Amino acid sequence: MEHFPLLTFITFAPLAGMLLVALMPKEKLNWIRWSALLGTLPSLVGAVILFLDFDRTTKAIQLAEGPYKWIEAFNIHYYFGVDGLSVTMVILTALISTICIIASWKITKQVKAYFVLFLLLETGMMGTFLALDFFLFFIFWEVMLLPMYFLIGIWGGARREYAAIKFFLYTMAGSVLMLLVMIAFYLYAGTFNMIELQNQAIHLGPLSGEHFRLLCWLGLFIGFAIKVPVFPFHTWLPDAHVEAPTAISVILAGVLLKMGTYGILRFNYQIFPDITVDMAYWMALLGVINIIYGALCAMAQKDFKKLIAYSSVSHMGFVILGIASFTSEGINGGVLQMFNHGTITAQLFLLVGVIYDRAHHREINGFGGMASIMPKYAVWTTIAFFAAVGLPGLSGFISEALIFLGSFKTYQGLTAIAVTSVVFTAAYMLWTLQRVYLGKENEKYKAFPDISRREALCLLPLAAIVLILGVYPKPALDMMRVSLDGINEVLLKHGDRVATMLQSIP
Amino acid sequence: MMQVLNNQESLWYFLPELALVATFVLIFILDLLPSIKNQKRALPIVAAIGVVFFLGLSVYVQQFPQALLFHGMIVGDSFTDFFRLFAGVSTLFALYFSVKSKELAKVKAEYWALILGIALGLPILAASNNLLMIYLSLELVSILSYVVVGSIYGSRASSEAALKYVLYGATASGIMIYGLSLLFGVSGTLDAIQIKAFLLSHPMERLPLFIGLLMTMAGFGYKVSMVPFHMWAPDVYQGAPTPVTSYLSVGPKAAGFAILLRFVYTALTTHNGADFEPIKSVDISGLMSVFAVATMTLGNVVAMWQKDTKRMLAYSSIAHAGYMLMAVAALNQQAIEGILFYLSAYLVMNFGAFGVAQAVMQESGTQDLESFKGLAKRGSKGSLAALAMTVFLISLTGLPPTIGFVGKFVLFSAVLEAKLYVLAVIGVLNSVVSLYYYARIIKYMYFDDPLSEDKFSFGSRSYPVLITFLALATLALGLFWEPLSVVVKNSAHLLS
Repeated sequence: MEHFPLLTFITFAPLAGMLLVALMPKEKLNWIRWSALLGTLPSLVGAVILFLDFDRTTKAIQLAEGPYKWIEAFNIHYYFGVDGLSVTMVILTALISTICIIASWKITKQVKAYFVLFLLLETGMMGTFLALDFFLFFIFWEVMLLPMYFLIGIWGGARREYAAIKFFLYTMAGSVLMLLVMIAFYLYAGTFNMIELQNQAIHLGPLSGEHFRLLCWLGLFIGFAIKVPVFPFHTWLPDAHVEAPTAISVILAGVLLKMGTYGILRFNYQIFPDITVDMAYWMALLGVINIIYGALCAMAQKDFKKLIAYSSVSHMGFVILGIASFTSEGINGGVLQMFNHGTITAQLFLLVGVIYDRAHHREINGFGGMASIMPKYAVWTTIAFFAAVGLPGLSGFISEALIFLGSFKTYQGLTAIAVTSVVFTAAYMLWTLQRVYLGKENEKYKAFPDISRREALCLLPLAAIVLILGVYPKPALDMMRVSLDGINEVLLKHGDRVATMLQSIP
Repeated sequence: MMQVLNNQESLWYFLPELALVATFVLIFILDLLPSIKNQKRALPIVAAIGVVFFLGLSVYVQQFPQALLFHGMIVGDSFTDFFRLFAGVSTLFALYFSVKSKELAKVKAEYWALILGIALGLPILAASNNLLMIYLSLELVSILSYVVVGSIYGSRASSEAALKYVLYGATASGIMIYGLSLLFGVSGTLDAIQIKAFLLSHPMERLPLFIGLLMTMAGFGYKVSMVPFHMWAPDVYQGAPTPVTSYLSVGPKAAGFAILLRFVYTALTTHNGADFEPIKSVDISGLMSVFAVATMTLGNVVAMWQKDTKRMLAYSSIAHAGYMLMAVAALNQQAIEGILFYLSAYLVMNFGAFGVAQAVMQESGTQDLESFKGLAKRGSKGSLAALAMTVFLISLTGLPPTIGFVGKFVLFSAVLEAKLYVLAVIGVLNSVVSLYYYARIIKYMYFDDPLSEDKFSFGSRSYPVLITFLALATLALGLFWEPLSVVVKNSAHLLS
């Protein structure tokens, strides 16, 4: 071994934490909580080391572990590595996971099982972003499903069982298509190594045929699109997000949705760049539908949490539009938006959680004047809301501006439509702000305590990141830029296809 | 050309089966001794020892070169060896679960002997090369199965299941033997290898051949519960004693697949190197694809509506037969390996699932699926049972990191290799459907409140140990399946 296996450490530390939690006596709730926190901290420390050590000048895979032989007969390897595409996601995952453990402190139902499942989920998430062997990736991808099913189904709201099985079925439907594509790679390229698969020369047999490649591309895309979720595969999301407990909604929106776009960039873009170019316009179109449709749906919601859920659909649409534009700005903006959406939406869900814990309902019209009852809470909310609206000076603005800059170069018409969403977003966000926080104080809620220190502690790092990246996005952009430009250049190599594609735009 | 051995020489290859026959007789003799007769556990232990001998001898005979035995009636090859081991292991599980079964508390010596009789029939069926031998060994397994299905004394359901089984079985085997006679009439031989030779040299009228084949498929299809010959399965699975149900869903089903593979690959396909080609006059791949789609879709869709645990598992087992039939349609070397692998996976996860189901049903006294409700909340044994059941169910669904996932992976590899893309897509979508009803049991166990306040108990100390072992095996083989894949690869060589 050449170096300390940092990535394996980041991935499996939560699993060790899970065993620790499992060994705790059932009644000692605080022991369980602290050991869960202890289980997730090593990953956070690892992520900080990763942030400091990460080489920002190369697009190559770094800190690679492996490929070590695992199942020799099938050419399956244990292979971890990180590049500019995954590094921000790993850091985001570590951060959000730690925050979610703290946010789950007040869970009282089956505490031990909750944290065991949570830590298992964290291992699954880390592994998904770090695995570079398709088979290994697939295992981590699927390992996340069962804990998520339980976390929604046991600790969720009133319609939790329906939401849990819906989430499970949708995601599995997508992943079985991925499984078929994975088998196609195994049969016709002879490897599961995601880096080797980028070499088009090893795509043999049917895999070199145009139609078969398109089918494989679609299989992967649908699998990931369900996760993003891209319209029309999004219907699981409002249910799952609304019914899940606060911390799990945060994980869903903050991390799980990013796996979809991560997968598209890692698989569709790098393994089938030619087909990606052909399909880019349709991706951009879906992205714009997501943006507008999500925003309009959000505007119509009466449930605070559902509103945030639909705003996620809208914001993830920006990512799709950005990465479909073949411009450096677009793709960098897209991945930055993944990170920013993770931090901003996590705050929004945490904020909804704060008020739900007190009022036990989420009717937007059922509040009023909360700003004078809970002034500190109102300040936190304002930061997050304006970040979500895309106010200059906060991080959401930077990524959305980059995306619009990039996509306007390629799709003027679509971008023009997408830009209108800024108005819609402002409308539903500010309208909500007005209904919940301003206006006449609701007598029922006069006695509500303001935001607690624990709750503020969860929000603090996220708000700090939003503020810092809003004025100084360089640390984030530097990490991803070289890798993402590399991906973009591979796409642009199919210049003739790009030209054909652009000409065919109506 | 393959060595053809005469009866006397063949007996050496037949040592494992002879051990079973000896145990079979021994059980009846021991049953006459009053001191043994009063020992409830004595006979199953003797039977298990017999099976262990059978397994040991099966390993021993693997060193012999492959040959046609008894003048070409059965084949001694690595494929046969595999199914000997398979039959032995599944019989051991069946014996264990029978001992622990309350339904079977009153059974007498003949039950244990009959189980051994079925165990004897399985490898012979898998090894048959002659149409007559195929029929005889199929009947050996079937007729004994009818009896053990009805072995709950005084139970109407059990007797009804046995009777239904007999009626369906008799019909299916009647159709089959008529089909076999047509094949014989067309080709003039009963030997599968010579049938192929004849078909190759005489491209003939397709119709009689096709009808003969279709009718033969009735017999095979009945054993593997292939739609439309599956109708016995739900009723029989529901009425039979649970250990018998689990045994039927693994042992005889596997032997059915073995003979289906052997017949299709020996008589109906030519092979050069690793590639198989179906004989021109019969589109066996298309035929099997249709059966596969019908079988898995019906199994999965109907399983969603079931409220009886065993009935649901019956439809789930029909669905799994459908997945394996896809690979039969694929007609390549990987398909044989895939089916052998899937059967091994199915053995582990299905005995596990049935094991937990048996404990739950015995404890609650009902077969209702709702008896799983709140299992996880009923003490430490309850949460162990629920956890193990969850592992078996996600394995049956085909999610990693379990052996069921790897099984699906190898099966679908074979199907894609054969370029049957539509079939593969239908197959994976079916496994999504299956998630719905498997997850419902998980929901019952974890999300719902228990119907009874009592702590759950397996009723025996070794039972949870075995269940834990099976659950761990399901997970461990899902992550490190190389040894199993090597065994399967070495076994997937059909003599032809």
